[in-house]
Amino acid sequence: MRNLWLFGLLLAAPLTATAQEPASDLTIKGVQAPAPARMLGQIPVYDKFDALAPQLNLHNDTTYVINFWATWCKPCVQEMPYFEQLHQAYRNQKVKVLLVSLDFARQLESKLVPFVAERNIQSQVIALTDNNYNTWIDQVSSQWSGAIPITIVRKGPHKHLILQELGDYEELETIVKTFVNL
Amino acid sequence: MKKNFLFALPMLAALALWAAAALPANTGLKVGDKAPDFQLKNVDGQMVSLASMKNVKGYIVIFTCNTCPYAVMYEDRIIDLHNKFAPEGYPVVAIQPNDPEVQPGDAFDKMQVRAKEKNFPFVYLFDEGQKVYPQYGASRTPEVYLLDKNLTLRYTGAIDDNAQDASAVTKRYVEDAIAALEAGKNPEPAQVKAVGCTIKVKKKTAH
Repeated sequence: MRNLWLFGLLLAAPLTATAQEPASDLTIKGVQAPAPARMLGQIPVYDKFDALAPQLNLHNDTTYVINFWATWCKPCVQEMPYFEQLHQAYRNQKVKVLLVSLDFARQLESKLVPFVAERNIQSQVIALTDNNYNTWIDQVSSQWSGAIPITIVRKGPHKHLILQELGDYEELETIVKTFVNL
Repeated sequence: MKKNFLFALPMLAALALWAAAALPANTGLKVGDKAPDFQLKNVDGQMVSLASMKNVKGYIVIFTCNTCPYAVMYEDRIIDLHNKFAPEGYPVVAIQPNDPEVQPGDAFDKMQVRAKEKNFPFVYLFDEGQKVYPQYGASRTPEVYLLDKNLTLRYTGAIDDNAQDASAVTKRYVEDAIAALEAGKNPEPAQVKAVGCTIKVKKKTAH
């Protein structure tokens, strides 16, 4: 019953940016996701958004927390511990953190790899080096201007956008909890 | 059931409040809207408004800053844009929208230093109090608002299609948009998104 309440209220509140979105064309159903262009240790590198998109659009009962960031983005780096804390706290639940780095292709080895190693980042880090931003920013969300950081919390058809850096961990967890309980 | 409902409500209230705070990016100018003029301090200490600029056919307003790596990658190209188009009546009007308390590298004196180092040929204005960028709806640096002489927004978004490598650019959106205006046409595309840095807004008091 609570689920119904939440569902109805979410649909009735367009201002919250939490709304049912039509299933993306990119949604895959039991199809193997395209392989990354290459691997940098544990970090898959995608040079085309379309190859990464299926992983961002999985429709199942897992809550996905997708953060677009870069090592050169100061507020992104500042909020990174909140995602790591979330990853730890929810490791036994259906919550998956995806940290999509937009670091420049030529700086993956010199900046991204050392950053992930030095901070011992445990969440899944993915590098996306598709420079053709205008072709894919709207596929993430039409409400996104392209400024980072941005975080998308989603589960099935439900989606919430966080269009600025988080103030603290509790802000993130409050949103995620709502989705986990959906 | 009642208990569940009581549990759900504060969550949703929090969500709604929070998203409302996160959404002002959508409330800015649309292509075709008239842009507001402003009075902002240039790095030379003079106050500048769009109306104060004479013999212009339009304005290449660019929200940019010292500290965003994307903005820095575009500095030379912004200089080139001004040098190429100011003589044709389209000067660059650069506006720094970040709050220096949040981003000290964008303080007014640091803007002056950067303008001198790079010998900016265009005005580099400080959006003191962060009053102008919300009226335009700017949400990142760098971000272009190309206005015609009536201050109508004709193109907004990216400068070109390759931030990281000027030599690999295939689409020069701002140059193409100016060419369209000169030909009496509407720029196409009129809006192009790109990755950039969020505008740094004064933090609310911690509690």
